[in-house]
Amino acid sequence: MKYIEAIGKYFLMIREVFSKPTKWAIMKNLILKEIDDLVFGSLGILIFISFFIGGVVAMQTALNMDSPLLPKNLVGFATRQSVILEFAPTFTSIIMAGKVGSYITSSIGTMRVTEQIDALEVMGVNAPNYLIFPKIAAMMFYPFAVSISMFLGILGGWAGSVLGGFTTSAEFTEGLQIGFQPFHVFYAFTKTIIFAFILATIPSYHGFYMRGGALEVGKASTTSFVWTSVVIIIINYIVTQMLLGK
Amino acid sequence: MIVVEDLHKSFDGTPVLKGISTVFEKGKTNLIIGRSGSGKTVFLKSLLGLFIPEQGTIIYNGTPYGEMDDEQQRELRQKMGMVFQGSALFDSMTVEENVMFPLKMFTNDSMSGMRDRVDVVLKRVNLTDAHKKFPSEISGGMQKRVAIARAIVNNPQYLFCDEPNSGLDPKTSIVIDNLVQEITQEFDITTVINTHDMNSVMEIGEKIVFLKDGYKAWEGSNKEIFRTDNEAVTSFVYSSELFKKVRQMYLEERN
Repeated sequence: MKYIEAIGKYFLMIREVFSKPTKWAIMKNLILKEIDDLVFGSLGILIFISFFIGGVVAMQTALNMDSPLLPKNLVGFATRQSVILEFAPTFTSIIMAGKVGSYITSSIGTMRVTEQIDALEVMGVNAPNYLIFPKIAAMMFYPFAVSISMFLGILGGWAGSVLGGFTTSAEFTEGLQIGFQPFHVFYAFTKTIIFAFILATIPSYHGFYMRGGALEVGKASTTSFVWTSVVIIIINYIVTQMLLGK
Repeated sequence: MIVVEDLHKSFDGTPVLKGISTVFEKGKTNLIIGRSGSGKTVFLKSLLGLFIPEQGTIIYNGTPYGEMDDEQQRELRQKMGMVFQGSALFDSMTVEENVMFPLKMFTNDSMSGMRDRVDVVLKRVNLTDAHKKFPSEISGGMQKRVAIARAIVNNPQYLFCDEPNSGLDPKTSIVIDNLVQEITQEFDITTVINTHDMNSVMEIGEKIVFLKDGYKAWEGSNKEIFRTDNEAVTSFVYSSELFKKVRQMYLEERN
């Protein structure tokens, strides 16, 4: 029962986020700040992880190809498919749930426990719009980070495969081009946009409605990470079935 | 003026406010006093609309709060200033940005106009050299003064203060009390202060509402509170030795 109540409360919060907008002159600055904090601030860790995971995916594929009948270019093909379809949009989003999600929950949660949100509401400010809308708007730039993740994942795959001596550069590049379907990129970015919305709103919900003190802020951040990850995994399954299923 | 009629509020089935009725008058410092857990903060937050009462009416200048639509409630809130117990300053903003915040949100003033207004109110609360400091870089007393400046910057009709003296030394408390009273008279606003500080009661309690276990046990002024025979009030007021002696002197004088 409490889960149904929480879901209802979440959607009511979303409605509030999009009602009574804050003045654009103020909102513009808030959005730019959030783009810097949430998207650009996460690029470092995304670049690092994407490159090395891409490399490991390529090496693992090569190491597990025992049959001599399998062409070497399969390494490039498998790396591309893994990175574009799942690693860059989904795995990266789980990482972002930890990094960005916990930041959002703890920052909004701290504002709640120190009565700063009450102060906004008493002033007549639409607090959900003021606090959460800029995060949603900023996260709409998240596909930009995912595209970098895709590029670097494949580059890492190339490095792992070629520099590790598993394939030649030509074989890897040929594999990258085999059976390429642009729709897969569309699918990846479609779910990225949905994940971006989830990454901004579920942690915001956990921060906005938290009760208690400093200890509860920490607990709310952990809960928010768990639920954001769970929802991303479930939505990933549903979107995959809808867009790629027969 | 704020009129409260038969206000009830409970949490998880536990009643906290049990039918409070009173009037908070314009141009006066109205105090809500009572022991911890008596329902003061719930009462204040109900007045602010942060808690929705189950029963009863709060009337602002003749209009019941419950009958206002969202837009009217938001407009009313823009006429309110609130000083929170912990100041509730935005910790990522400087003192100047904190005070300027309501102006940026609700006026179309130019930046120089807003800066001038911020200078005026910061000067009014005797803070002239803290514009660029963050809340964490100033003392508790200064934070309270910044909170007062933020509350009055948009010329509110109502000023609410939740325990404005908590955590402050007695001298700073008197400064804050006097400041709130001066501002109330100067701008002719309705001020409601939630406190259990007896110094505040003596200094600025023009109208006092005493709460006990969610009921209004007594109301009157700071002149009347030391003369009342209401048992609930006397046990609260004379819990300190100093006030016991004041009471003793009063009774001796009366007899």
